[in-house]
Amino acid sequence: MLELQNITFEVEENGQTKRILSDVSLTIDERFVAITGPNGSGKSTLAKIIAGILTPTGGKLLFNGEDITPLSVTERARRGISFAFQQPVRFKGITVKDLISLAAGKHITVGEACGYLSEVGLCARDYIDREVNASLSGGELKRIEIATVLARGTSLSVFDEPEAGIDLWSFQNLISVFEKMYAKSQGSIVIISHQERILNIADKIVVLSAGRIERVGTREEILPSLLGTSACRALTDKLS
Amino acid sequence: MDELEKMLLMQVADLHRVPDGAYNIRKNGEGDGRRSTDRIRIEDRKDGHAGIDIFIAPDTKNESVHIPVVITKTDYRERVYNDFYIGENADVLIIAGCGIHNCGVETSEHTGVHTFHIGRGAKVRYVEKHYGSGDGSGENIMNPATVIYQEEDSRFEMESTQIKGIDSTDRETTATLKAGAELVVREKIFTHGKQFARTNFIVDLNGEGAGVDLVSRSVAADDSRQTFGSRINGNTACHGHSECDAIIMDRACVTAVPELTANCIDAELIHEAAIGKIAGEQIVKLMTLGLTEQEAEEQIIKGFLS
Ligand SMILES: Nc1ncnc2c1ncn2[C@@H]1O[C@H](COP(=O)(O)OP(=O)(O)O)[C@@H](O)[C@H]1O
Ligand SMILES: [Mg+2]
Repeated sequence: MLELQNITFEVEENGQTKRILSDVSLTIDERFVAITGPNGSGKSTLAKIIAGILTPTGGKLLFNGEDITPLSVTERARRGISFAFQQPVRFKGITVKDLISLAAGKHITVGEACGYLSEVGLCARDYIDREVNASLSGGELKRIEIATVLARGTSLSVFDEPEAGIDLWSFQNLISVFEKMYAKSQGSIVIISHQERILNIADKIVVLSAGRIERVGTREEILPSLLGTSACRALTDKLS
Repeated sequence: MDELEKMLLMQVADLHRVPDGAYNIRKNGEGDGRRSTDRIRIEDRKDGHAGIDIFIAPDTKNESVHIPVVITKTDYRERVYNDFYIGENADVLIIAGCGIHNCGVETSEHTGVHTFHIGRGAKVRYVEKHYGSGDGSGENIMNPATVIYQEEDSRFEMESTQIKGIDSTDRETTATLKAGAELVVREKIFTHGKQFARTNFIVDLNGEGAGVDLVSRSVAADDSRQTFGSRINGNTACHGHSECDAIIMDRACVTAVPELTANCIDAELIHEAAIGKIAGEQIVKLMTLGLTEQEAEEQIIKGFLS
């Protein structure tokens, strides 16, 4: 279980303090937790604070009861936190198989690596030896990013807008990836998304707005009021 | 041959045993085994210089030549000339390399001048590895020169790697290409400590449709210094591409000096150079997979130079 207590994040910009997250408190223990909200509301910042990439200027994070606020990215990863980036990173010379092996934390067979790739809808044979470099499209990179998190199988996984750029692959497939992943790891899955079909599987929905939690509740409580709001409209526009 | 010499041979030529095909092993300045085959003849030079002449018959296919050099003496310097004559339409693999183990306090130095005469339509893959070891304070110095003459429609692929233990290197590669000839170079250099590496390429594209593709990847760590130079002259309708991609770490310094000259309106020449530290987001990504910062750096460098 992850507990965020009064998380605040401020940056200095041109000599002024800019507040990006204000007093965010939240527990994550459910199967699927969706975080939604308009662009710039602080979703990615919150995800990076969970992964340890950013350090909150105020507040605490407890993971399975332990205060992980002072822990590095590496230490959090080793305790069971995974993070799929909104903009996956490219590497010259590191192959897809290398990256999945590093994620799994051990040497894996070609067969195992292929298994993860097939789950995210990539024909493994074509990708396994490719470098994770600029020759891959944005959508391909996003799926490889998801595969690295699958290979880790940790007790908490955070996906930052996993649906972006993978329109050729149906949402239903993405959802079944998350369902299978949960069945295997029994770990909570946090999905940052604007996509109604993804919000639809959430046990809990968190709505961020201008760095604050605007609302939080079950899908039944939150979803009806979200439909037709700007966040969801932005998405329907994207899809059409 | 002792264990140390075997280790050096492994490093520079992946040799665990006597290789198949033609070979010539040079150890501390003396021959330590040679085999010619029906189609590949290896002979001592006739001009008084140290080194060998290698004659590869036209149409030789699927054969290889290994010519490793091993030095285990301190205070030893040599200059060796090896000339390759590759017949028309041959298709061969040449594996050269030099390993120095210097545990003394004096300098050991190997200067190898390799000249390739590549016949019309011939294809050569040339793999060259340089490796140094030894715990003495003596320096390991290697100065390889490669001179390439390519006849029409020939192809020369050169892979050169210097990953460890060479304190100072000055490598000069020159190539002259006739019509339809292709030159491909993949160079990898890693320097650390106070090492210095200079690599310079001069390529003349003289025949119509000739082309060069030259990629140098390097990592400079600690206080090491590297200089990359490439001069491509497009003297006719031809295509040339060179790329220098370097990662710097610590207090290292890398200089890239590309030079392109088009002497013909139809010469298409491109150079790309990028020098910088490892991207922070690459380290962070690998840390989210559970690697420490140092492990992440090692993986990034290993991939970059693989
Ligand atoms: N280091 C930073 N310096 C200044 N502003 C930042 C920084 N990081 C994020 N922001 C700003 O914080 C807001 C939230 O960003 P982000 O978390 O990426 O939003 P979201 O993922 O919800 O679109 C944005 O307005 C963004 O420009
Ligand atoms: Mg975002």
